[in-house]
Amino acid sequence: MIKILFQKEFILELRRKSAISGLALYLFSIVFICYLTFSLRQNLITPLVWSALFWITVLFTAVNTVAKSFIGEKKGKDIYYYSIASPASIIVSKIVYNFILCTLLSFTGLILFVVFLANPVSDLVLFASTILLVALGFASSLTLLSGIAAKANNSNILMAVLSFPVVISILLMAIKITKNCLDGLDRSVSSDEILVLVAINCLVTAVSYLLFPYIWRS
Amino acid sequence: MRSSWWKIVSVLLLIYTIIGGLLFYVPRLNIVNETIRALYFHVPMWFGMVFMFLVSTINAVKYLRKPSFEKDVWSVEFANTGLVFGLLGIFTGMIWANYTWGSPWHGDPKQNGAAIALLVYLAYFVLRGSIENEEQRARLSAVYNIFAFAAMIPLIFIIPRMTSSMHPGSGGNPGFNMYDLDSNMRMVFYPAVIGWILFGCWMATLRIRTKLLEEKLLDLDDKKNA
Repeated sequence: MIKILFQKEFILELRRKSAISGLALYLFSIVFICYLTFSLRQNLITPLVWSALFWITVLFTAVNTVAKSFIGEKKGKDIYYYSIASPASIIVSKIVYNFILCTLLSFTGLILFVVFLANPVSDLVLFASTILLVALGFASSLTLLSGIAAKANNSNILMAVLSFPVVISILLMAIKITKNCLDGLDRSVSSDEILVLVAINCLVTAVSYLLFPYIWRS
Repeated sequence: MRSSWWKIVSVLLLIYTIIGGLLFYVPRLNIVNETIRALYFHVPMWFGMVFMFLVSTINAVKYLRKPSFEKDVWSVEFANTGLVFGLLGIFTGMIWANYTWGSPWHGDPKQNGAAIALLVYLAYFVLRGSIENEEQRARLSAVYNIFAFAAMIPLIFIIPRMTSSMHPGSGGNPGFNMYDLDSNMRMVFYPAVIGWILFGCWMATLRIRTKLLEEKLLDLDDKKNA
Protein backbone atom coordinates (compact mmCIF):
# COMPACT_ATOMS: atom_id res chain seq x y z
CA MET A 1 0.00 0.00 0.00
CA ILE A 2 2.80 2.39 0.92
CA LYS A 3 4.49 1.67 -2.37
CA ILE A 4 1.34 2.33 -4.38
CA LEU A 5 0.67 5.60 -2.57
CA PHE A 6 4.25 6.63 -3.09
CA GLN A 7 4.02 5.87 -6.81
CA LYS A 8 0.81 7.87 -6.96
CA GLU A 9 2.52 10.91 -5.41
CA PHE A 10 5.37 10.57 -7.83
CA ILE A 11 3.18 10.21 -10.91
CA LEU A 12 0.98 13.11 -9.87
CA GLU A 13 4.05 15.27 -9.41
CA LEU A 14 5.36 14.39 -12.86
CA ARG A 15 1.96 14.94 -14.40
CA ARG A 16 1.56 18.52 -13.21
CA LYS A 17 5.05 19.76 -13.65
CA SER A 18 4.13 23.28 -12.64
CA ALA A 19 4.57 22.64 -8.92
CA ILE A 20 8.03 21.12 -9.03
CA SER A 21 9.30 23.53 -11.65
CA GLY A 22 7.85 26.36 -9.59
CA LEU A 23 9.85 25.19 -6.61
CA ALA A 24 13.00 24.89 -8.67
CA LEU A 25 12.47 28.41 -9.94
CA TYR A 26 11.86 29.61 -6.37
CA LEU A 27 15.16 28.08 -5.34
CA PHE A 28 16.95 29.54 -8.31
CA SER A 29 15.54 33.02 -7.64
CA ILE A 30 16.70 33.00 -4.03
CA VAL A 31 20.20 31.94 -5.01
CA PHE A 32 20.30 34.42 -7.85
CA ILE A 33 19.20 37.29 -5.61
CA CYS A 34 21.96 36.35 -3.17
CA TYR A 35 24.41 36.21 -6.03
CA LEU A 36 23.41 39.63 -7.41
CA THR A 37 23.47 41.22 -3.96
CA PHE A 38 26.83 39.85 -2.99
CA SER A 39 28.46 40.39 -6.36
CA LEU A 40 28.42 44.09 -5.48
CA ARG A 41 31.25 43.42 -3.13
CA GLN A 42 33.11 40.20 -3.76
CA ASN A 43 34.78 39.34 -0.48
CA LEU A 44 31.66 39.76 1.63
CA ILE A 45 30.71 36.06 1.45
CA THR A 46 32.45 34.70 4.51
CA PRO A 47 31.88 31.02 5.32
CA LEU A 48 29.40 31.91 8.05
CA VAL A 49 27.36 34.15 5.75
CA TRP A 50 27.39 31.33 3.21
CA SER A 51 26.09 28.85 5.80
CA ALA A 52 23.34 31.23 6.97
CA LEU A 53 22.18 31.89 3.41
CA PHE A 54 22.28 28.22 2.54
CA TRP A 55 20.20 27.04 5.48
CA ILE A 56 17.68 29.85 5.11
CA THR A 57 17.25 28.84 1.47
CA VAL A 58 16.87 25.17 2.36
CA LEU A 59 14.39 25.93 5.15
CA PHE A 60 12.11 28.09 3.04
CA THR A 61 12.23 25.71 0.09
CA ALA A 62 11.43 22.77 2.37
CA VAL A 63 8.50 24.57 4.01
CA ASN A 64 7.07 25.44 0.61
CA THR A 65 7.66 21.95 -0.74
CA VAL A 66 6.10 20.08 2.13
CA ALA A 67 3.29 22.57 2.72
CA LYS A 68 1.62 21.60 -0.52
CA SER A 69 1.45 17.91 0.43
CA PHE A 70 -1.83 18.35 2.28
CA ILE A 71 -2.81 21.96 1.73
CA GLY A 72 -2.98 21.54 -2.04
CA GLU A 73 -5.33 18.59 -2.04
CA LYS A 74 -9.01 18.92 -2.76
CA LYS A 75 -11.62 18.21 -0.11
CA GLY A 76 -13.26 15.18 -1.69
CA LYS A 77 -9.96 13.38 -2.27
CA ASP A 78 -9.35 13.14 1.48
CA ILE A 79 -12.45 11.06 1.96
CA TYR A 80 -11.49 8.82 -0.94
CA TYR A 81 -8.00 8.16 0.45
CA TYR A 82 -9.50 7.67 3.87
CA SER A 83 -11.70 4.91 2.57
CA ILE A 84 -8.98 2.98 0.75
CA ALA A 85 -5.81 3.39 2.81
CA SER A 86 -4.75 3.29 6.43
CA PRO A 87 -3.46 6.58 7.88
CA ALA A 88 -0.11 4.96 8.73
CA SER A 89 0.62 4.09 5.11
CA ILE A 90 -0.45 7.56 3.99
CA ILE A 91 1.90 9.36 6.36
CA VAL A 92 4.80 7.02 5.62
CA SER A 93 4.39 7.41 1.87
CA LYS A 94 4.13 11.20 2.20
CA ILE A 95 7.19 11.39 4.46
CA VAL A 96 9.26 9.24 2.11
CA TYR A 97 8.12 11.25 -0.88
CA ASN A 98 8.77 14.59 0.81
CA PHE A 99 12.13 13.35 2.01
CA ILE A 100 13.20 12.54 -1.54
CA LEU A 101 11.89 15.86 -2.81
CA CYS A 102 13.60 17.84 -0.03
CA THR A 103 16.86 16.01 -0.62
CA LEU A 104 16.74 16.68 -4.35
CA LEU A 105 15.98 20.36 -3.84
CA SER A 106 18.64 20.77 -1.13
CA PHE A 107 21.31 19.24 -3.33
CA THR A 108 20.19 21.38 -6.25
CA GLY A 109 20.50 24.32 -3.88
CA LEU A 110 23.99 23.22 -2.92
CA ILE A 111 25.04 22.97 -6.55
CA LEU A 112 23.59 26.41 -7.28
CA PHE A 113 25.36 27.87 -4.27
CA VAL A 114 28.66 26.35 -5.36
CA VAL A 115 28.22 27.63 -8.91
CA PHE A 116 27.07 31.14 -8.09
CA LEU A 117 28.57 32.00 -4.74
CA ALA A 118 31.47 29.92 -3.52
CA ASN A 119 32.41 26.49 -2.27
CA PRO A 120 33.74 26.82 1.25
CA VAL A 121 32.86 23.24 2.22
CA SER A 122 35.95 21.14 2.73
CA ASP A 123 34.39 17.90 4.01
CA LEU A 124 31.78 17.20 1.39
CA VAL A 125 30.77 13.73 2.64
CA LEU A 126 29.93 14.99 6.12
CA PHE A 127 28.08 17.97 4.69
CA ALA A 128 26.07 15.76 2.33
CA SER A 129 25.08 13.42 5.14
CA THR A 130 24.01 16.45 7.20
CA ILE A 131 21.80 17.56 4.34
CA LEU A 132 20.28 14.08 4.18
CA LEU A 133 19.54 14.05 7.92
CA VAL A 134 18.08 17.56 7.85
CA ALA A 135 15.92 16.66 4.86
CA LEU A 136 14.56 13.65 6.74
CA GLY A 137 13.86 15.73 9.85
CA PHE A 138 12.16 18.48 7.83
CA ALA A 139 10.12 15.98 5.83
CA SER A 140 8.76 14.11 8.83
CA SER A 141 8.00 17.11 11.02
CA LEU A 142 6.66 19.39 8.29
CA THR A 143 4.43 16.68 6.80
CA LEU A 144 2.57 16.32 10.08
CA LEU A 145 2.36 20.09 10.56
CA SER A 146 1.06 20.61 7.04
CA GLY A 147 -1.61 18.05 7.87
CA ILE A 148 -2.59 20.16 10.89
CA ALA A 149 -2.42 23.41 8.96
CA ALA A 150 -4.54 22.02 6.14
CA LYS A 151 -7.38 21.33 8.58
CA ALA A 152 -7.26 24.89 9.90
CA ASN A 153 -8.31 27.76 7.70
CA ASN A 154 -5.53 30.28 7.06
CA SER A 155 -3.16 27.52 6.11
CA ASN A 156 -0.04 29.14 4.72
CA ILE A 157 0.62 31.59 7.54
CA LEU A 158 -0.24 28.95 10.10
CA MET A 159 2.22 26.55 8.51
CA ALA A 160 5.05 29.02 9.06
CA VAL A 161 4.01 29.83 12.61
CA LEU A 162 3.70 26.19 13.59
CA SER A 163 6.79 24.88 11.89
CA PHE A 164 9.55 27.37 12.65
CA PRO A 165 9.77 26.82 16.40
CA VAL A 166 9.68 23.05 15.89
CA VAL A 167 12.38 22.76 13.24
CA ILE A 168 14.73 25.20 14.96
CA SER A 169 16.44 22.47 16.96
CA ILE A 170 17.19 20.55 13.75
CA LEU A 171 18.47 23.70 12.13
CA LEU A 172 20.68 24.64 15.10
CA MET A 173 22.46 21.30 14.92
CA ALA A 174 22.85 21.58 11.14
CA ILE A 175 24.35 25.06 11.45
CA LYS A 176 26.82 23.82 14.04
CA ILE A 177 27.93 20.89 11.85
CA THR A 178 28.19 23.23 8.87
CA LYS A 179 30.46 25.51 10.85
CA ASN A 180 32.70 22.53 11.66
CA CYS A 181 32.70 21.52 7.96
CA LEU A 182 33.57 25.03 6.87
CA ASP A 183 36.36 25.31 9.39
CA GLY A 184 37.79 22.05 8.09
CA LEU A 185 37.71 20.40 11.48
CA ASP A 186 38.06 16.67 11.96
CA ARG A 187 34.88 14.58 11.67
CA SER A 188 35.11 13.38 15.25
CA VAL A 189 34.41 16.95 16.38
CA SER A 190 30.91 16.86 14.91
CA SER A 191 30.00 13.34 15.99
CA ASP A 192 27.99 14.64 18.97
CA GLU A 193 25.92 16.91 16.76
CA ILE A 194 25.30 14.15 14.23
CA LEU A 195 24.10 11.87 17.02
CA VAL A 196 21.72 14.51 18.33
CA LEU A 197 20.44 15.12 14.82
CA VAL A 198 19.78 11.38 14.38
CA ALA A 199 18.04 11.29 17.77
CA ILE A 200 15.84 14.28 16.93
CA ASN A 201 14.95 12.65 13.61
CA CYS A 202 13.93 9.42 15.31
CA LEU A 203 11.85 11.33 17.85
CA VAL A 204 10.13 13.52 15.29
CA THR A 205 9.44 10.67 12.85
CA ALA A 206 8.05 8.43 15.57
CA VAL A 207 5.81 11.17 16.94
CA SER A 208 4.44 12.10 13.50
CA TYR A 209 3.79 8.44 12.72
CA LEU A 210 1.90 7.99 15.99
CA LEU A 211 -0.06 11.23 15.85
CA PHE A 212 -1.07 11.35 12.22
CA PRO A 213 -4.07 8.98 12.54
CA TYR A 214 -5.68 11.50 14.91
CA ILE A 215 -5.58 14.43 12.51
CA TRP A 216 -6.58 12.24 9.61
CA ARG A 217 -9.77 11.09 11.32
CA SER A 218 -12.10 14.00 10.69
CA MET B 1 -8.21 18.47 43.61
CA ARG B 2 -10.68 20.63 45.49
CA SER B 3 -9.39 19.83 48.95
CA SER B 4 -7.68 22.77 50.55
CA TRP B 5 -4.75 21.22 52.41
CA TRP B 6 -2.30 21.34 49.48
CA LYS B 7 -3.16 24.97 48.81
CA ILE B 8 -2.32 25.82 52.42
CA VAL B 9 0.90 23.83 52.09
CA SER B 10 1.76 25.75 48.94
CA VAL B 11 1.20 29.15 50.57
CA LEU B 12 3.19 28.16 53.66
CA LEU B 13 6.06 26.87 51.52
CA LEU B 14 6.10 30.07 49.46
CA ILE B 15 6.08 32.29 52.58
CA TYR B 16 8.97 30.18 53.89
CA THR B 17 10.75 30.56 50.52
CA ILE B 18 10.41 34.33 50.48
CA ILE B 19 11.56 34.78 54.07
CA GLY B 20 14.25 32.12 53.88
CA GLY B 21 15.35 33.11 50.40
CA LEU B 22 15.92 36.71 51.34
CA LEU B 23 17.31 36.27 54.85
CA PHE B 24 19.15 32.95 55.22
CA TYR B 25 22.88 32.59 54.83
CA VAL B 26 24.16 32.07 51.27
CA PRO B 27 27.73 31.36 50.18
CA ARG B 28 29.67 34.38 48.95
CA LEU B 29 30.91 33.81 45.40
CA ASN B 30 32.72 36.10 43.01
CA ILE B 31 30.60 38.10 40.55
CA VAL B 32 27.42 36.30 41.62
CA ASN B 33 27.46 37.67 45.18
CA GLU B 34 24.01 38.17 46.64
CA THR B 35 22.32 37.56 43.29
CA ILE B 36 22.74 33.87 44.05
CA ARG B 37 19.39 34.27 45.81
CA ALA B 38 17.83 34.42 42.35
CA LEU B 39 18.23 30.63 42.42
CA TYR B 40 15.27 30.43 44.82
CA PHE B 41 12.99 32.44 42.55
CA HIS B 42 14.29 31.95 39.00
CA VAL B 43 15.05 28.23 38.80
CA PRO B 44 11.73 27.02 40.33
CA MET B 45 9.98 28.84 37.46
CA TRP B 46 11.57 26.44 34.96
CA PHE B 47 10.74 23.42 37.10
CA GLY B 48 7.18 24.74 37.25
CA MET B 49 7.04 25.42 33.52
CA VAL B 50 8.24 21.95 32.54
CA PHE B 51 5.84 20.36 35.03
CA MET B 52 2.86 22.36 33.73
CA PHE B 53 3.69 21.56 30.09
CA LEU B 54 4.10 17.90 31.03
CA VAL B 55 0.64 17.82 32.63
CA SER B 56 -0.74 19.63 29.60
CA THR B 57 0.78 17.04 27.26
CA ILE B 58 -0.44 14.13 29.37
CA ASN B 59 -3.94 15.55 29.16
CA ALA B 60 -3.56 15.96 25.40
CA VAL B 61 -2.67 12.26 25.17
CA LYS B 62 -5.67 11.41 27.33
CA TYR B 63 -7.84 13.55 25.09
CA LEU B 64 -6.71 11.71 21.98
CA ARG B 65 -7.37 8.35 23.60
CA LYS B 66 -10.83 9.32 24.80
CA PRO B 67 -12.09 12.76 23.66
CA SER B 68 -13.90 14.84 26.24
CA PHE B 69 -14.39 18.58 26.74
CA GLU B 70 -12.89 18.37 30.22
CA LYS B 71 -9.57 16.92 29.08
CA ASP B 72 -9.21 19.67 26.50
CA VAL B 73 -9.78 22.36 29.14
CA TRP B 74 -7.20 20.71 31.38
CA SER B 75 -4.68 20.65 28.57
CA VAL B 76 -5.20 24.30 27.62
CA GLU B 77 -5.17 25.70 31.12
CA PHE B 78 -2.03 23.86 32.14
CA ALA B 79 -0.34 25.13 28.98
CA ASN B 80 -1.51 28.63 29.92
CA THR B 81 -0.06 28.36 33.41
CA GLY B 82 3.15 26.91 32.01
CA LEU B 83 3.42 29.91 29.71
CA VAL B 84 3.04 32.28 32.69
CA PHE B 85 5.81 30.40 34.51
CA GLY B 86 8.01 30.53 31.41
CA LEU B 87 7.53 34.28 31.02
CA LEU B 88 8.29 34.84 34.71
CA GLY B 89 11.37 32.61 34.34
CA ILE B 90 12.61 34.65 31.40
CA PHE B 91 11.97 37.96 33.20
CA THR B 92 13.61 36.90 36.46
CA GLY B 93 16.53 35.61 34.41
CA MET B 94 16.79 38.92 32.59
CA ILE B 95 16.82 40.87 35.84
CA TRP B 96 19.56 38.60 37.15
CA ALA B 97 21.53 38.80 33.89
CA ASN B 98 21.34 42.58 33.99
CA TYR B 99 23.32 42.60 37.23
CA THR B 100 25.77 39.77 36.61
CA TRP B 101 26.29 39.72 32.85
CA GLY B 102 25.77 43.43 32.30
CA SER B 103 22.81 43.23 29.95
CA PRO B 104 19.37 41.64 30.18
CA TRP B 105 19.59 39.68 26.92
CA HIS B 106 22.91 38.07 26.30
CA GLY B 107 22.14 35.60 23.53
CA ASP B 108 23.10 32.78 25.83
CA PRO B 109 22.07 29.30 24.54
CA LYS B 110 19.81 28.82 27.55
CA GLN B 111 18.05 32.13 27.00
CA ASN B 112 17.53 31.37 23.32
CA GLY B 113 16.30 27.85 24.05
CA ALA B 114 13.80 29.16 26.60
CA ALA B 115 12.57 31.84 24.20
CA ILE B 116 12.02 29.26 21.44
CA ALA B 117 10.19 26.96 23.87
CA LEU B 118 7.82 29.84 24.63
CA LEU B 119 7.37 30.48 20.89
CA VAL B 120 6.27 26.87 20.48
CA TYR B 121 3.49 27.30 23.01
CA LEU B 122 2.50 30.70 21.62
CA ALA B 123 2.13 28.94 18.27
CA TYR B 124 -0.11 26.44 20.06
CA PHE B 125 -2.45 29.26 21.07
CA VAL B 126 -2.36 30.76 17.57
CA LEU B 127 -3.41 27.35 16.24
CA ARG B 128 -6.26 27.17 18.73
CA GLY B 129 -7.37 30.64 17.76
CA SER B 130 -7.52 29.87 14.07
CA ILE B 131 -9.87 26.84 14.14
CA GLU B 132 -13.59 27.45 14.42
CA ASN B 133 -14.94 23.96 14.98
CA GLU B 134 -14.62 23.15 18.68
CA GLU B 135 -14.03 19.44 18.41
CA GLN B 136 -11.51 19.83 15.61
CA ARG B 137 -9.73 22.58 17.55
CA ALA B 138 -9.38 20.31 20.55
CA ARG B 139 -8.05 17.40 18.53
CA LEU B 140 -5.60 19.30 16.32
CA SER B 141 -4.24 21.32 19.21
CA ALA B 142 -3.81 18.13 21.25
CA VAL B 143 -1.76 16.69 18.39
CA TYR B 144 0.34 19.85 18.16
CA ASN B 145 0.77 19.93 21.92
CA ILE B 146 2.29 16.44 22.00
CA PHE B 147 4.43 17.16 18.95
CA ALA B 148 5.64 20.47 20.39
CA PHE B 149 6.52 18.91 23.72
CA ALA B 150 8.54 16.22 21.97
CA ALA B 151 10.33 18.85 19.90
CA MET B 152 10.97 20.96 23.00
CA ILE B 153 12.87 18.23 24.86
CA PRO B 154 16.08 18.48 22.80
CA LEU B 155 15.74 22.25 22.77
CA ILE B 156 15.83 22.84 26.50
CA PHE B 157 17.43 19.68 27.86
CA ILE B 158 20.06 18.61 25.35
CA ILE B 159 21.26 21.44 23.13
CA PRO B 160 22.05 23.97 25.89
CA ARG B 161 24.19 21.33 27.58
CA MET B 162 26.26 20.78 24.43
CA THR B 163 27.36 24.36 23.97
CA SER B 164 29.43 26.57 26.17
CA SER B 165 27.26 28.90 28.14
CA MET B 166 27.75 31.54 30.76
CA HIS B 167 24.71 30.31 32.62
CA PRO B 168 25.51 28.97 36.10
CA GLY B 169 25.66 25.20 36.10
CA SER B 170 27.24 24.84 32.68
CA GLY B 171 30.61 25.41 31.07
CA GLY B 172 32.46 25.19 34.36
CA ASN B 173 30.50 27.97 35.99
CA PRO B 174 29.34 27.31 39.51
CA GLY B 175 25.76 26.24 39.76
CA PHE B 176 23.30 23.61 40.73
CA ASN B 177 24.57 20.22 41.90
CA MET B 178 28.10 21.51 42.31
CA TYR B 179 30.20 21.81 45.39
CA ASP B 180 28.97 25.31 46.10
CA LEU B 181 25.25 24.67 46.33
CA ASP B 182 25.67 23.75 49.96
CA SER B 183 23.03 22.00 51.97
CA ASN B 184 21.78 25.31 53.38
CA MET B 185 20.60 26.36 49.94
CA ARG B 186 18.90 23.05 49.30
CA MET B 187 16.84 23.64 52.43
CA VAL B 188 15.17 26.57 50.71
CA PHE B 189 15.46 25.49 47.07
CA TYR B 190 13.49 22.25 47.20
CA PRO B 191 10.59 23.70 49.21
CA ALA B 192 10.52 26.58 46.70
CA VAL B 193 10.21 24.16 43.77
CA ILE B 194 7.40 22.19 45.44
CA GLY B 195 5.66 25.38 46.56
CA TRP B 196 5.68 26.95 43.11
CA ILE B 197 4.50 23.75 41.41
CA LEU B 198 1.60 23.44 43.85
CA PHE B 199 0.80 27.11 43.34
CA GLY B 200 0.77 26.62 39.57
CA CYS B 201 -1.58 23.65 39.90
CA TRP B 202 -3.84 25.82 42.06
CA MET B 203 -3.91 28.55 39.41
CA ALA B 204 -4.63 26.04 36.65
CA THR B 205 -7.38 24.20 38.56
CA LEU B 206 -9.11 27.49 39.38
CA ARG B 207 -9.21 28.39 35.70
CA ILE B 208 -10.34 24.89 34.76
CA ARG B 209 -13.20 25.08 37.25
CA THR B 210 -14.38 28.48 35.98
CA LYS B 211 -14.26 27.23 32.41
CA LEU B 212 -16.21 24.08 33.20
CA LEU B 213 -18.78 26.14 35.12
CA GLU B 214 -19.13 28.57 32.22
CA GLU B 215 -19.74 25.63 29.92
CA LYS B 216 -22.38 24.28 32.32
CA LEU B 217 -24.11 27.69 32.38
CA LEU B 218 -24.17 27.76 28.58
CA ASP B 219 -25.70 24.30 28.54
CA LEU B 220 -28.37 25.39 31.00
CA ASP B 221 -29.14 28.45 28.86
CA ASP B 222 -29.47 26.25 25.80
CA LYS B 223 -31.86 23.95 27.60
CA LYS B 224 -33.97 26.91 28.79
CA ASN B 225 -34.22 28.32 25.27
CA ALA B 226 -34.98 24.97 23.69
